[in-house]
Amino acid sequence: MSTILLKNGRLIDPSQQIDRVTSVLLKDGVVASIDAGDASADHEIDVTGKIIAPGLIDMHVQLREPGWEEDEAIASGAASAIAGGFTSIACLPNTEPPLDTPAGIEYVRHQANRADKCNVYVIACVSSGRKGEQLSEIGTLVEAGAVGFSDASKPISNPELLRRALEYTQMFDKPVLNRPELVELTHNGVMHDGMVSLVLGLAPLPVEAEEVMAARDICLAEATGGRLHLMSVSCSGTIEILRRAKVRDVGVTAEIHPCNFSLTDEALRSFNPNCKVNPPLRSADHLEACIAALADGTIDVISSGHAPRASEKKMHEMTDAPFGMVSLETTLGLTSTKLVQPGHLTWSQAIEKLSTTPARILGIPKGTLAVGADADVTVIDPELNWTVDPANYLSRSSNCPLSGWELTGKAVHVIVGGVVKM
Amino acid sequence: MIELPPELESPPVPWTRRHLLDLESLTADEITTALDVAQRFKEATKDCKVKLPALAGVTSVNLFFEDSTRTRTSFSLAARRLGADSVEFSASSSSVSKGETLLDTAKTIESMKIDAMVIRHRSPGAPQMLAKNLDCSVINAGDGPHEHPTQGLLDILTIRQHRGSITGLTVALVGDIAHSRTARSNIWGLKKLGAHVIVCGPSTLVSKQWEKLGVEVSHNLDDIVARCDVLNLLRIQFERQYTRPFPSVREYALLYAMNRERMCRAKDDILIMAPGPINRGVEVTPDVADGSQSVILHQVNNGLAVRMAALYLVTKASR
Repeated sequence: MSTILLKNGRLIDPSQQIDRVTSVLLKDGVVASIDAGDASADHEIDVTGKIIAPGLIDMHVQLREPGWEEDEAIASGAASAIAGGFTSIACLPNTEPPLDTPAGIEYVRHQANRADKCNVYVIACVSSGRKGEQLSEIGTLVEAGAVGFSDASKPISNPELLRRALEYTQMFDKPVLNRPELVELTHNGVMHDGMVSLVLGLAPLPVEAEEVMAARDICLAEATGGRLHLMSVSCSGTIEILRRAKVRDVGVTAEIHPCNFSLTDEALRSFNPNCKVNPPLRSADHLEACIAALADGTIDVISSGHAPRASEKKMHEMTDAPFGMVSLETTLGLTSTKLVQPGHLTWSQAIEKLSTTPARILGIPKGTLAVGADADVTVIDPELNWTVDPANYLSRSSNCPLSGWELTGKAVHVIVGGVVKM
Repeated sequence: MIELPPELESPPVPWTRRHLLDLESLTADEITTALDVAQRFKEATKDCKVKLPALAGVTSVNLFFEDSTRTRTSFSLAARRLGADSVEFSASSSSVSKGETLLDTAKTIESMKIDAMVIRHRSPGAPQMLAKNLDCSVINAGDGPHEHPTQGLLDILTIRQHRGSITGLTVALVGDIAHSRTARSNIWGLKKLGAHVIVCGPSTLVSKQWEKLGVEVSHNLDDIVARCDVLNLLRIQFERQYTRPFPSVREYALLYAMNRERMCRAKDDILIMAPGPINRGVEVTPDVADGSQSVILHQVNNGLAVRMAALYLVTKASR
């Protein structure tokens, strides 16, 4: 295997609390030195003025294959991840059939190997068939490589099932990822419950639906000592509940998607079905609370929430269009533009939420550039200005309302296992 | 057919819109223009009875995805009164039931050289979606609970005919405010023309949030009835609700039906309106609905005038 020298970049590695200008040498697929100086290498990349970060990890991606290949395939999703600067992604089990068997996991891994883009980890079903009734064969699925358990966009409604899951997964030290949503309060909802929904007459998705379930989930995590990861948080009440739980040292982490710190419910005035996401785009006060929670560490992770939907599905009216937005290729740019540039987060904090922390939650040996670690590296140009154009996405879908947005900050080199992918 | 009055031969100055999608985005001047044109059409057609050649050569299509009697009939008669061709499109027997998207259906129809499309749909924003993607004019005939601009205009026109002006009047909208497109269009239109608007109904159907639109919120019809110049009684939209927002229809009628006893405490010249269809005995008792203060059938006639004006304004503006 060849050697790669990343010369004169700003190495930011939160796992080692490093933030300094240096050169990094990658050899035989691992990090050989982070003080490589003028070492010689087969391949030298001058990264002056750019950030050398441990490869970014996206722990919330829908790859849709098998079953929904019109939306996305494992290969196209992995390519889209590389374009967005991610070296590892974890895919959710909302496929058809759902990923609740070792064969399903094997299939994803096989397709990911064949695609040969980024690392693809599998979050398997917490309940058999994603039906929310019985636990899936969690031990067997861990054996097959599952890194976490979730029913994806379908909340675990039955509290007894969630309790059992939080108890049982402890034997394997795996997290349960749940989307906090009380479905009796959200049926048929389209957008955030507020003045904009009142004016537009679009059915509301109230914040209480998220807050009530976040509180329930945290109670159960505290009672069982299990590891709970709250997916897709979006509102100030959830953040308050999380903040109090963290003071008590409950085993809970939380993630947010870039749309929930970048866009408000005002965007729905366009009636653009690509703005229909769940959790919905909230009002400005919730966005501010989310940004504050990112800054003070209450929200641990930024994940894309990548939810590709074929254009024919999004061509429907607001009430009929499915939820979801493709986000793999804009997550880093939005994090940079909306959080780092205005000074809410440092680059070190951003990289922690985009790499180190997701690796820790999923228990995968990534998210660090310590000597000997896998040579997964994302080189970021923090000053690069670029324009969002969904027509050029490598994702199979382009359901994204950000066309024409000017962003600052982009991945310019992506290295996976010592191989340059971009 | 009679001759077109000269003042209707060219589009009035403050109107440049090719679509009528809502009243929220209209200015007071634009609303007044639409009302004035409707009034002129009403007079020129002798209460919407005789034909005028104002839209000869124009074709409009009714694209209704929700049930409707009066609005649909009203739009097609309005088009014919002005000499336009009006075509009906029925969603249930169409390609929509075969799985075609709204947009593809609309584009197919537009390809048959259509000038205006009148759409009713259960999804808010469906008319906006067509306006964005089609070249013909689009008129919103009701998009879910969002807006129903011609209903708003005809309600306001009816009030104006009976009171001369809207400024300073107190108008109460009573009933299922949350799910009512009529309420929203009325609020925007009436506020812009200077009325004081009260929204009244059970607290499950009218939240305090509505105050942020600059209207008064009431949950007690008896508290407000004496102050009102106009009561517009809205239907309960059971079809848009999951769990019933009040215990029983009987209890609703007890609290909110406009009946003889409440009429006794109202102003003598109060106007009783209802966008229809009315549920006799629920939001209004038969004696009040058919009583001397009821202008419900005036509303229906004004519906024709307003829809003539709407078709005329948007199609003239687009040429």
